[in-house]
Amino acid sequence: MQISVSLQYLPILLVAGIVFIIGVAMVTINKFLSVKRPYPEKRVAYECGLPPTGQPRHRFSIKFYAIAILFVVFDVEAVFLYPWAVTFDQIGLFAYVEMVIFIILLLVAYFYAWIRGAFQWE
Amino acid sequence: MTYVVWIPFLPLIASIITLLFGRWYIQKRAHWLPCIAVFGSFLLAMKTLIAVIHGARASFDLYSWIIADTFKVGVGFQVDPLSAMMMAMVTCLSFLIHVYSIGYMEDDPGYYRFFAYISLFTFSMLMLVSGNNFLQLFFGWEAVGLCSYLLIGFWYQKKSAADAAKKAFIVNRFGDFGFALGVFLVFLTFGTVYYQPVFEHVHEVAHETIRLFGHDVLLVTLMAVLLFCGSLGKSAQFPLHVWLPDAMEGPTPVSALIHAATMVTAGVFLVCRCHEIFELSNVAMAVVAAAGTFTCFMAATIAPTQFDIKRVIAYSTLSQLGYMFMACGVGAFAAGMFHLFTHAYFKALLFLGAGSVMHAMHHAPDPTDMRYMGGLKKYMPETFWTFLIASLSISGVPGLAGFFSKDEILWSAFASVYPWGKLVWFVGTLVAGLTAFYSFRVVFMTFFGEFRGREVLHGHEPHESPKVMTIPLMILAVGAVVTGWLGVPSALGGSNHFAHFMEPVLGHPHFHLSPALEEHEHLVELLLMGVSTVVGLLGIYIAYVVYCQRPELQRLLPEKCPKLYRYLYRKWYWDEIYLYSIIKPTLFLARGVIQGVLDSACIEGTVNGIPDLIRRGGEGLRKLQNGVVNTYALIMATGAAVVLLLIYLF
Amino acid sequence: MWSSLPSFVAVYPETILVVVASALVLLDRVVKFKDVFTWITLATVAVTLGVVYWTVGTSFAFSYAADSYALFFKTIFLLVLLLATLISPGYGRVVGIHFGEYYGLMMYAVAGMMIMASAKDLVLLYLGLEVMSLSVYVLAGLLYSDMRSLEGAMKYFLLGSFASAFLLLAITYIYGLTSSINMEAIANYLGTHGLLANKALLFSLALFAIAFGFKVALVPFHMWAPDVYEGAPTSVTAFMSVGPKAAGFAAMGRVFLLALGTAKVGWTHFLIPLAVVTFFVGASLAVVQTNIKRMLAYSSVAHAGYAVLGIIAGTKEGMSATMMYLFIYALMNIGAFGIIILLRQKDFLGESIYDFQGLSKTHPVAALLMLVFLFSLAGIPPTAGFVGKFYVFRSAFEAGHPLLVIAAVLASCIAAYPYLRVVMLMYMRPPEKEVTLNLTGYLFTSLAISLTGVLLFGVWPEPLIHFARLCCGLAP
Repeated sequence: MQISVSLQYLPILLVAGIVFIIGVAMVTINKFLSVKRPYPEKRVAYECGLPPTGQPRHRFSIKFYAIAILFVVFDVEAVFLYPWAVTFDQIGLFAYVEMVIFIILLLVAYFYAWIRGAFQWE
Repeated sequence: MTYVVWIPFLPLIASIITLLFGRWYIQKRAHWLPCIAVFGSFLLAMKTLIAVIHGARASFDLYSWIIADTFKVGVGFQVDPLSAMMMAMVTCLSFLIHVYSIGYMEDDPGYYRFFAYISLFTFSMLMLVSGNNFLQLFFGWEAVGLCSYLLIGFWYQKKSAADAAKKAFIVNRFGDFGFALGVFLVFLTFGTVYYQPVFEHVHEVAHETIRLFGHDVLLVTLMAVLLFCGSLGKSAQFPLHVWLPDAMEGPTPVSALIHAATMVTAGVFLVCRCHEIFELSNVAMAVVAAAGTFTCFMAATIAPTQFDIKRVIAYSTLSQLGYMFMACGVGAFAAGMFHLFTHAYFKALLFLGAGSVMHAMHHAPDPTDMRYMGGLKKYMPETFWTFLIASLSISGVPGLAGFFSKDEILWSAFASVYPWGKLVWFVGTLVAGLTAFYSFRVVFMTFFGEFRGREVLHGHEPHESPKVMTIPLMILAVGAVVTGWLGVPSALGGSNHFAHFMEPVLGHPHFHLSPALEEHEHLVELLLMGVSTVVGLLGIYIAYVVYCQRPELQRLLPEKCPKLYRYLYRKWYWDEIYLYSIIKPTLFLARGVIQGVLDSACIEGTVNGIPDLIRRGGEGLRKLQNGVVNTYALIMATGAAVVLLLIYLF
Repeated sequence: MWSSLPSFVAVYPETILVVVASALVLLDRVVKFKDVFTWITLATVAVTLGVVYWTVGTSFAFSYAADSYALFFKTIFLLVLLLATLISPGYGRVVGIHFGEYYGLMMYAVAGMMIMASAKDLVLLYLGLEVMSLSVYVLAGLLYSDMRSLEGAMKYFLLGSFASAFLLLAITYIYGLTSSINMEAIANYLGTHGLLANKALLFSLALFAIAFGFKVALVPFHMWAPDVYEGAPTSVTAFMSVGPKAAGFAAMGRVFLLALGTAKVGWTHFLIPLAVVTFFVGASLAVVQTNIKRMLAYSSVAHAGYAVLGIIAGTKEGMSATMMYLFIYALMNIGAFGIIILLRQKDFLGESIYDFQGLSKTHPVAALLMLVFLFSLAGIPPTAGFVGKFYVFRSAFEAGHPLLVIAAVLASCIAAYPYLRVVMLMYMRPPEKEVTLNLTGYLFTSLAISLTGVLLFGVWPEPLIHFARLCCGLAP
């Protein structure tokens, strides 16, 4: 029993192993086979062809994070809404009510963020 | 009958409130709440008593504190003739003494404290008598012990009072140790501590023996004797009697309530409550009878030599408690309870009367010394008459309460099946004479003749006490007369209501008379009454002669037999014997051996070492808590790894 | 096609809490008089408690049961919410957290706890746990101008996420083995298929023990506790020293006793060493603390160690003892924190144990209350703490773990030291500082409830025992 259970998962282990090996191999092989001819322009960070204006690792304003989090929230909402809309006629009233509740909860959070001034840049 | 619950709890509530708010808010009004609460208890107790007379019985648990399989600690109440009678008596006396204390304790700085303690005591005593299991009995037992300690040491600034309190507490501890073992044995044997199942099944183990120090001992004997140890302590019987006379350091109402009327009778109550166990063992009965008889006699010989009015009455208490145990020791439990009942009234009266006298003498350096009294009859007539009634009652003058109960005991002893019955009867009759003698010695020395305390009073005249003190005395005087009429024996044409009332709980005494005597049973009983009455009257007459007519006779014993006199005066040297046989060796062991060797080397080392170790361990572990979250995660992960590795330890 | 709606009755209490909490969060800007939030919270506690009792016996699909077991824990949670709300206004005004979000977050957390207590589905359990945890993380960091508060919240969050991963992994393993996340189905599967020696099952049990161990702060998963307790606002510390712990035990009891009851040998194997280490390390570390909040943090670690004994016993008797223990712990611990809050002033922290020096002289009643709560925490009769400990120890003893009980008793001797040290300072040292009390009617009510509970259940525990046993499905 125990052995057969383990054997069932062997393919997954094999896949994981192969992925790992390929990933490592691509990076390593590149390291050995590529031709390196560096010059200053090549070594700076790539910023859409413009000359870089500062260090890449500087601090961002907290406001970016607030906006990003709000974006993620609605992103996730869309992720849920899409499969629900597709199967709407099969899963019925129950799922409909659930989705309404879900959206209301998101709205509460949205209004809270709004009241708290998360959308005001200054 | 759940209202029974309120009988003990009313005084408890009063006590707690008085104790909490007494010092700041209630102060001089501290007596109101306890008095009202105890009076309420008294009314409820009377209601219970009437219900019980009409046949009501109850046994119920209020709640359980701890339940562990068969071991159940409950607060429960048992209502039967025994507990109903005790509750009625305790609340009645307690109420009267509460009222009396309003006058007696006036102006005492610890006024509120006194009332709080005395109410707490009333609660404890009621819990003791009303419980339906041994543990509640034990709780009440210890609680009255505590209250007794608090009240004896009430004037704790006085060294003798503090010492007496400690003495009472420690001496009682010896008895309680045995009592606790007895309760353990009961639980081990029956698997329960409730009275009902224990007494139902005790007959089944009547012949079981256990091995003790290489001897086979009857289980019931051991059980009864261990329980009786508790009685010895609380009821101050030999050899644990030494604390009671010293306990007179407490305020007089305390002496009346605790050291005469109620708490000290707990031992008798215990024996009666467990009489099913005692009756199964002749050895135990003999022990009870022996302790009672010996104490009865010993105390009666010490009392006439004392000059402290309260001590004389204290020794008379010892002696009277001895009577009660004598009754129990010959199987006449109802007679013992009857004497307990009547004694409560006349002894409380004696003490309160003495308190009234002390109140009159309170300007004297030692207000209890009878050598400075005399002739108080004309100054305080109410106290005198009530005191006289109590003395007549205790001396067994026909018609008064003490007469009926004492003769019930003497007759039961004489007619008893137990072989030691006749001896008990003989000593009892002899002591009846001594009792009458020393009781009237007090009366004559205090109230008759010329007042001898002029110079110690510095011009203050003795005066009668206030009404709030004398009215309780009068009520008690009525009690000291009429309580006996509840148990008029059939030989005098009565029907002995008391014994019949107690019969369902305490059963009958077993009599065994030779056929010739049995034919004339009533005649024999009357004859015995005659003998003890004559002996008693003789005692009064001798006291009259010695202390009123020919005072020079007082010097007879000290001069002719100084050794015997000293022996009696120093209370048979029991205090000295205990000092050299127990206290000094114990102190030597404690100071020299245990403190010197064991304590400093072994125990202190361990006691100081372990916390040190813990502290160091704690400091070490504390270093791990360095505030760096990475370390925390690492420790958690390490812990998780260790837990997961445990799988391989299966 | 359109399937009818299932009955939502079972989730009414949680719904009420979430709706009210959301309203409070939104209304904060509008309402200027912030005591309104306290009143609304108190009213909500009352209403929710009523609804909890009204809905008992209902269930939601197969995954959510408002049964008597959940009822007991929900009563604890609401008690905690009640007491924590009552101690908050006075303190909140001083430190500046007396606003709508504070009460709303506490209600969200309680809703999460309730979900944990009722969940019969491992994923739902996880959902409840996260709802609770996220709310508490924020609560812990609510004093965002205080570095200690922020630091504590950050640590709590990081380590909490770490622990959540363990829980998810444990659920995954169970799912892999039994192909179910429903606790009853898991119990059935394990009962019919002999998997008890399966290493994967044991692995999963160990992971559950670790994950719950983090939530209830068993050593060595307790590392977050002292820093978080110290940093968080004191009223939040009081709340989270009791609420999430009780919720952790609720989940632990359901998972171990219901879902994994047949694998009892397995999980006791992990819990016993954790318990032993917990009460010894918790007690020893409490000894060396001088900040009273840290001291109570370690004490709460040790208390978790005692409470877990009832689970180790693995009987219904044991579980009821643990439940009773948590109830009593809620009363006495919030009581003790209430006294700490009582001392708090704008310019005076009152968090060092030396601030309590001579309190009996300056404020005898406050000192007496603290004495009662500390005695109860130390387990000295006739306080409720003794009763709680006694029953937990007894259940473990009867389940056949005498050595464990002896160790627990020894540890509780050590654990008495830090409490008694505070008592000693209060009663036997002269006062050094001028201490004024910050007493509000709310705080007074809270202390009165705690004191009454601690003393009442100390002398009369029968109703509580009875209730706990009843809720565990034991015949009375």
